Amino acid sequence: MSSRRSWAVGLLSASVVAGVVLVLVGTAAGDQQPEDVRALSDKLDDPEVIAQGRSLFERACVSCHGDGGQGSDFGPSLLSDGATGADFMLRTGRMPLASPVPQAPSKPQAFSDEETDALVAYVADLAEDRALPVVEAAAGDLVLGGELFRANCAPCHNASAIGGALSFGQHAPSLLEVPGQQIGEAMRFGPGEMPVFGEDVFSDHEMNSIVRYVDYLKDPDDPGGLSLGRIGPVTEGFAAWIIGMAALLIGIRWVTAKLWQRRTEETEVGV
Amino acid sequence: MTGAATPEPPVEGPRTRLGRLGDFFDKRLGLARLARAALDKIFPDQWSFLLGEIALYSFVILVGTGIFLALFFTAGQTTVTYDGSYAPLQGVEMSAAYQSALDLSFDVRAGLFFRQMHHWAALIFMAAIIVHMMRVFFTGAFRRPREINWVIGLSLFLLAFANGFAGYSLLDDQLSGTGLRIGNAAVISIPLVGTWIGSFLFGGDFPGDAIIGRLYSLHILVIPLLIAVLLAAHLTILIRHKHTHFPGKGARDDNVVGQRLWPTYTAKALGLFFITAGVLALMAGLLQINPIWLYGPFDIANVSSASQPDWYVGWLEGALRVMPNWTLSIFGYEIPNPFWGGVLLPGVTFSILYAWPWIEARLSGDRREHHVLDRPRDRPLRTALGVAVLVFYTVLGLAGADDVIAVAFGLSLNAWVWALRVGCIVLPIASAFITFRVCKELQLRDGPAPATGQRAPGGVTPAGDAGGDEAASSDPVPGPAVEPLERLDEAKTPVP
Repeated sequence: MSSRRSWAVGLLSASVVAGVVLVLVGTAAGDQQPEDVRALSDKLDDPEVIAQGRSLFERACVSCHGDGGQGSDFGPSLLSDGATGADFMLRTGRMPLASPVPQAPSKPQAFSDEETDALVAYVADLAEDRALPVVEAAAGDLVLGGELFRANCAPCHNASAIGGALSFGQHAPSLLEVPGQQIGEAMRFGPGEMPVFGEDVFSDHEMNSIVRYVDYLKDPDDPGGLSLGRIGPVTEGFAAWIIGMAALLIGIRWVTAKLWQRRTEETEVGV
Repeated sequence: MTGAATPEPPVEGPRTRLGRLGDFFDKRLGLARLARAALDKIFPDQWSFLLGEIALYSFVILVGTGIFLALFFTAGQTTVTYDGSYAPLQGVEMSAAYQSALDLSFDVRAGLFFRQMHHWAALIFMAAIIVHMMRVFFTGAFRRPREINWVIGLSLFLLAFANGFAGYSLLDDQLSGTGLRIGNAAVISIPLVGTWIGSFLFGGDFPGDAIIGRLYSLHILVIPLLIAVLLAAHLTILIRHKHTHFPGKGARDDNVVGQRLWPTYTAKALGLFFITAGVLALMAGLLQINPIWLYGPFDIANVSSASQPDWYVGWLEGALRVMPNWTLSIFGYEIPNPFWGGVLLPGVTFSILYAWPWIEARLSGDRREHHVLDRPRDRPLRTALGVAVLVFYTVLGLAGADDVIAVAFGLSLNAWVWALRVGCIVLPIASAFITFRVCKELQLRDGPAPATGQRAPGGVTPAGDAGGDEAASSDPVPGPAVEPLERLDEAKTPVP
């Protein structure tokens, strides 16, 4: 009996391990529609908005990025980031940073939408760069997006867009929770270790296509049952052992169980 | 059968048509004796003796599902344009092999089910082989006279391993191509001859246009045939040697205690076959495996992060990943880094495993025949060594998934790789020490080990006293009646 209990405990703890492996860090942030982005673009050169942004900046950002965004020992210069970088960092919640870490994690947006718009306008004004990509995934081409994604994005973000490891504690985040606009901004801005994929690399159509493919990967047309996290052979191997081999080991314990021995004995004796 | 009997008085020989047919063959081929001997074969009733059977039944299922897949798979590397029903790849150029694998997944009725069942069966096949080998190792079942079957079993493991890798590589998706590229790199890292072997196997530089066709011949013909032949030898030798058994229940070196093949064991074995098939079918239907449509066609310029091999190749991948960045020059010949983890490690591993029965016989000085198994605790050194080896390869297997684990648990990949480098040395030593101590404590708790090769107190009838020579007879002392398991005799369990 105790051996049976230990089997059950083993199975249970193994399943817990498998469950932990399946959990991947997701990100969540507000979704911007193309019309929101256009509305934001329209007020980026509004002096009042820029002034509001400057006063916010002087309260919330100067301690690291310096007075006027020139940077300090604690944070990089923002003089060349422009609207795209500011919008990406603020709207994914990566800025402001809660504590110094190798890679800013995404978290809920810290400022209200209006405050965020103002800060973006101020940082855009510092660089005199008010260009914002307008992502319209529906206009993209799914097949082209897939080909470009597998060639350019999958090496870090994984073919299933679940993210992947980089060196020294950094990682390419999962894209499965990231709104399309932020994916486009990340391509144009190149945050952290990510390369810049500017308009000379990907046209707007190609950017839209990639975003459309990532949107597809969020809920792919995916036959074959439970996806096991789309991590590939690692979770498949765990499943083979924890589900398949465990079931079969229980099977052979059952086939050779004392229960049957007694029953066969009894029938033989009775003959 | 008796339904067809006529009311005539009994005559010599069978009276039914079927019986006469059987008699015809028996008179000419002597089949009844073989059948009776086979059906009377005694199997000890212990769960761990069925581990090898899981592997056997997985192989049967692999052959069955494989035949279905072969009806639809095209092993070609010619470039085609996909026009099947998976929209995100429509119009993409790919190899004929990848296209037919997509068709199998989306456009062939039940194709995806059979693909997934084939793949799950392969993973379970390897797992069952390894667990079976662990049972054989830890109980000393490889000792004389079973050394040859150890060697055959290990060869079966290697063939299954090779065939799994070939099957994984056939589909020509991005993941399989990445695996093949790593395999190619390991081959060409062999000093002096590597590049030659590499271009011999691949028909030139990687990837070439020959490898898929070659792997296909190996995967569906050559290796399965070799597996079938060695499997037949493995089982024939098993029958010839009779089964080993654990101490207790009257088990001695000159008998086998258990149940006959017919009827009890037949029911159990058939039952286990259906359990295996059922578990694999459930996994095939409920759990997605290898979604090749997400990986895309293989392009030598592309790679996806977290590209892992199937689990049983993970230790090789891990060895490549944890190996420090060393290259050596000997007499002006450079030994490339993949050589250490990709060639030397498996070479040493399998050489030692092949030689193990003789290594142990030399170390222990015990060259006698053994049919009663060791309990692992009674051989603490062997058990500790086995556990250390398993821990070592498990750590390497985890190292093969180091990036996935680093992301999943928010670890620094670099720190994690160093932890694995230290771990693959420290953990085996620590676990060997702990295992040794646990074995010793269990021995103390048990008292002395049960005597083997000698009569158990009270004496019992050896198994198979009615079943030919299962019990080699040096048993003049009649035990107190019989062990309940041994009450079967031919009168009660007639062989049809």
